[in-house]
Amino acid sequence: MTPQGKILDQENIRRAMMRIAHEIVEKNKGVDSLCLVGIRTRGAILAERLSECIKTIEGKPVSVGILDITLYRDDLSLVAQQPVVHETLIDFDISGKKIVLVDDVLYTGRTIRAALDALIDLGRPATIQLAVLIDRGHRELPIRADYVGKNIPTAADENVKVILTEIDKTEDEVVVKKVGV
Amino acid sequence: MTNWKRRDLLDLQSLDKEEIELILETAKSFRQVSTRDVKKVPALRGKTVALLFYEASTRTRVSFELAAKRLSADVINISSTSSSSTKGESILDTALNLEAMNVDMIVVRHYSSGVPNILSQHLKAGVINAGDGCREHPTQALLDIFTVKEKLGSVAGRNITIVGDILHSRVARSNIWGFKKLGANVTVCGPSTLMPRCVKDFGVEVSYDLEASMKKSDCVIVLRLQKERQQDSFLPSLREYAKLFGLSQTKLDKASKDLLIMHPGPTNRGVEIGADVADGSQSVILEQVTNGLAIRMAVLYLLLGTKE
Repeated sequence: MTPQGKILDQENIRRAMMRIAHEIVEKNKGVDSLCLVGIRTRGAILAERLSECIKTIEGKPVSVGILDITLYRDDLSLVAQQPVVHETLIDFDISGKKIVLVDDVLYTGRTIRAALDALIDLGRPATIQLAVLIDRGHRELPIRADYVGKNIPTAADENVKVILTEIDKTEDEVVVKKVGV
Repeated sequence: MTNWKRRDLLDLQSLDKEEIELILETAKSFRQVSTRDVKKVPALRGKTVALLFYEASTRTRVSFELAAKRLSADVINISSTSSSSTKGESILDTALNLEAMNVDMIVVRHYSSGVPNILSQHLKAGVINAGDGCREHPTQALLDIFTVKEKLGSVAGRNITIVGDILHSRVARSNIWGFKKLGANVTVCGPSTLMPRCVKDFGVEVSYDLEASMKKSDCVIVLRLQKERQQDSFLPSLREYAKLFGLSQTKLDKASKDLLIMHPGPTNRGVEIGADVADGSQSVILEQVTNGLAIRMAVLYLLLGTKE
């Protein structure tokens, strides 16, 4: 069984983001034509933080966009009510760019599939890479992350919650909980 | 935000403020889809929308068709002149036959008030009212409210004047319901022969002086003079109507430079609106059309996602 409760604290998360930023810069040999695209809502915040980290490393800012994948979900015909649609805010041309998609938790891979389709409708990036804070396993599609903050083996009846101060108004942490407990 | 529970959009009279706001908020996110190179998202893939139009329409029909197509739904177009209604089939029978072919949504425009309501009582498919008789045209009012909100930043407390043939106008009725629900003050203005008898029961002010109303307004919605509904001599002449209630540049010059001019289209230039006003900097007529597409995408998305 996975350890329950707090898996990462504020410091752990900060260090993980900094390491991922270093890995992104290393793998892409700098930040030329590099852009970050965060998936709403928590991925967008992590993308913003990664861009800050990259700026301290390279001294140059990278563009950050926010992607809303609601209209590309594959379960729209299954859910009882339509999820709320938000705006996609990407104010740069993604064609020819090296895009790093950012999300908080990688699970079934279906969100990333939707994000890939949404991105490709906006242009033709040179490459798309994937950075996630948590990889919790249980993939249902052939998708993997290029950059991972922490791998957490989980059971399907567990819930991984990433708490970020920007939206949750409390200190950053990652918590694993049995569903219904 | 409120949860969406409806399968039909029949009128704004029965919608509450939160539902209207959810549609407006959703429309905002849909606007960008039409600005991209790939103007299509897969949200309604596999759904079928039938447009059942028993009255002439360009804007509304094209807008609904594009909205459905940009959400990846399949669209069929039926107009009264080229369908079996010319052989005497009732609209309910036509709709039931469409449903037998598993159409998910029927968008209906009809010259009789209440037709969408009757259809919705007999159909499992959703029904959207695209204008029924003199009753309501909910998506037009939603796009008008959306445009006011975008242009002026808010709706509550704003003064809206609707000028023209209030008696026959479904656009006026839907706008009155919608704007009132969001807290705007509505004035209706027009010749007394084209004013419904109990119009004050709507909770609106009544004016017979356009220039005076314009001075107090943030936005004027100019209604098309429906020439096809003027057989009963409501007006002495079009010229007199144009002089008293037509929004000319001369009248506009006397009002605030920030006054917003809207028109649901199609315009009778030189009758209810001057050509220079329609093309002028205070007119947002074409922006209304752009916003209409986003509103209809939002409505289709919300309604087609609701399960029984």
